[in-house]
Amino acid sequence: MRRKIALTTRGIKMTTKTTNNAVSRRKALLGLGAGAGALATTGLMPGAMGFAQAQSSAPIKIGFQKHATGIGAAYGRWYDATTTAAVQRINDGGGINGRPVEIVTEDDGTDPSRGAEALEKFEKLHGCDIAFGTLFSHVVIGSAPRAAELKLPYFVVSEGHHVASGMLNRYTLQPGITDVKSQVVSMAPFIADNLGKKVTMIFPDFAFGHDHRDFFTQAIEAQGGEVVAKIAIPPTETSFTRYFPSIPRETEVIYHVMVGPAVLTFVKEMGEFFGPSRPELFGFIDSLEAVGIDSPGLEFLEGSYFWEGMPRHVQDGQSAFEKTYRAAVGCDDRGASLDDPADVSTYAHMFGCWETLNVIKAGMEAADYQGPQDRTKLIEAVEAMSDMPESLDHPQGAKRFNGKTHQVFGQQFISKVTEGKLVVEHVATIEDGLYEDEVDYTTQSF
Amino acid sequence: MEFGPHLMLAALEGAVIASILVLTAMGLSIVFGVMRVVNVAHGEFFMLGAVLAWYVSTMLGGHPAVGFAAALVIAPLVVGLIAAVSDQLILKRINYDPDRTIVGTIGMLFIIQQTTLMTFGPEARPVEAPFNQRLALPWFEFGEGGLQMIWPWGLSITSYKLFVIFAALAVLVALWLFLTRTKIGLIMRATQQDSEMAKAFGVPVGTVYSCVFGLGAALAALGAVLVVPIQQAHYLMGADPLLMAFTVVIIGGLGSLPGTVIAAFLIGMSDGIISVFFSPTLAQIIATFLVAMILVFRPQGLMGKAET
Repeated sequence: MRRKIALTTRGIKMTTKTTNNAVSRRKALLGLGAGAGALATTGLMPGAMGFAQAQSSAPIKIGFQKHATGIGAAYGRWYDATTTAAVQRINDGGGINGRPVEIVTEDDGTDPSRGAEALEKFEKLHGCDIAFGTLFSHVVIGSAPRAAELKLPYFVVSEGHHVASGMLNRYTLQPGITDVKSQVVSMAPFIADNLGKKVTMIFPDFAFGHDHRDFFTQAIEAQGGEVVAKIAIPPTETSFTRYFPSIPRETEVIYHVMVGPAVLTFVKEMGEFFGPSRPELFGFIDSLEAVGIDSPGLEFLEGSYFWEGMPRHVQDGQSAFEKTYRAAVGCDDRGASLDDPADVSTYAHMFGCWETLNVIKAGMEAADYQGPQDRTKLIEAVEAMSDMPESLDHPQGAKRFNGKTHQVFGQQFISKVTEGKLVVEHVATIEDGLYEDEVDYTTQSF
Repeated sequence: MEFGPHLMLAALEGAVIASILVLTAMGLSIVFGVMRVVNVAHGEFFMLGAVLAWYVSTMLGGHPAVGFAAALVIAPLVVGLIAAVSDQLILKRINYDPDRTIVGTIGMLFIIQQTTLMTFGPEARPVEAPFNQRLALPWFEFGEGGLQMIWPWGLSITSYKLFVIFAALAVLVALWLFLTRTKIGLIMRATQQDSEMAKAFGVPVGTVYSCVFGLGAALAALGAVLVVPIQQAHYLMGADPLLMAFTVVIIGGLGSLPGTVIAAFLIGMSDGIISVFFSPTLAQIIATFLVAMILVFRPQGLMGKAET
């Protein structure tokens, strides 16, 4: 699989090259055309006025970078469903600045180079106002530099620490979902106090997994614990039993976070490996997103713990906002599709799309956004945001946005599997997940 | 984990990998042996087998064993049929020209993969195993009281994985009997040895080719049906088996069936053991290196006959 992917990537690179050539030729022609157009329209004020008028009622186009295919496809489908529901709500409420919102979707194939291509299409082919979407960190890292070159605001829903670390640029923002560092920092005290201090980590071998590895190791050491083994697994792996013997015998807690199409196999084989004598398990729900917790073979998860960005199963004391949101995105009480209970959503992550779109709306309204010329005003408006109270715009809970690091902070949930249901045991507050700024994007020029 | 139990676990994992691999590689090897066609779409027939297994088991419902048993029969048959038809439609039209068949089968690869993506979708879908008990395995050790039986942490296999190993062996024996003891097998071997002469003796070579292409694809599909309760059906799952199968047939000798069996066992076991003790990446590096060495020093493969 890995080798095949390398082959495909090479193939894609080749296509990118040709597209680039084509684009640059087109760009040159466009430049000529624009020049000629400018000459021709000098003094033709009525024509220009007409265009401005049309623009004000034309839809605001948001390019949605979607994992429609590749290893992120399950997320892509549910990010799409949530985006559609959020846009529907925004349009029903009168759109943004009186203009309807239109989503333009491009498949990124869960692949960095195709991700960058998608941004290019949003800008040059579809004339989008901004770009939005996407979860997998390698796609975000691959796409963000292109966003800066195109001067296209790029709102990601990716969890990775790459935004707040200063690795990206002023055009990339993450206002709708917390990052791994914050999640991990707020989880470590619970793990050390309740589950154990000797931890073995199992994580996917790419940027997102490395964030987990680095920040959790620091965070658990701060709690007096230690990581006794770190097991990296390629995200395209399909068979896992062979990795488990490297788990040291002294392990008290297994910390697992896996992604990709084989997550069910991963969790099932972990259960088969340990049998009745398993250590404590603490997983990020990523290991089971889009997979039913009641799938055959997962009985051993009873009594184990999961981080959840947003509780998949309806909890006691559910807020009215959560209830309305759940109905709007078409999920039942167990976080599965209303049409098909076997079709489980990526509930712990997809709220990020809903909330990000609401932040975009608030930002565009604050900046009185009219068109691409106001893009920098939009970014400045979002940078100026801070506390966002829990509301239907933010059904996961209150948020605090840090304009300097372009990263939002929010509450985190730890759920315990109790009789086949994920029951929230602990809620980490916004303050639990705060850490020192590592960058100030506002000092960078546009 | 202690060395002994660790090695045993690695060997068991390797045996499961080898069993699936031997079926997939056999399919590729038979097709090349008889038709001299390098079937690049072979991995997609594998994937198709897994996907059809999901369709069959979901449609039938009821006890998982019912769906699985039905899939075991239906999926290879349907995949074989699809392959036979595509042989008639595509490969026959280009006269089995070696270069053009490679391009032709690459085309088939994309058509099958994208059609699956458009119909089955991009998700990984599980097929429930007909039975799946965890069997903890004992280990023997000299302790204070002489030979002791202990139950090491993590040393286990599931009943289903054992079944996969035995099922693959059974299929292999059946295939060998089919090729050596039946008239159709005889005709196939005759076509393999000299297709022109076979034609002269009244063997319908075109039909034989279609049957062989179908048989090769059906073997891959059968391997996939066996593996799908362990892994899951996914539209991209064909890439890995294809590469592994190519590795095996190059090492074993293209078209040599005993060579394929030996190489599948070698590669499967080494993949299991090296990836347990070191890393799966190293296992792949070693397999690829082996291919390179074989191509340099023994291009006909371990058991292949040198061209004269």
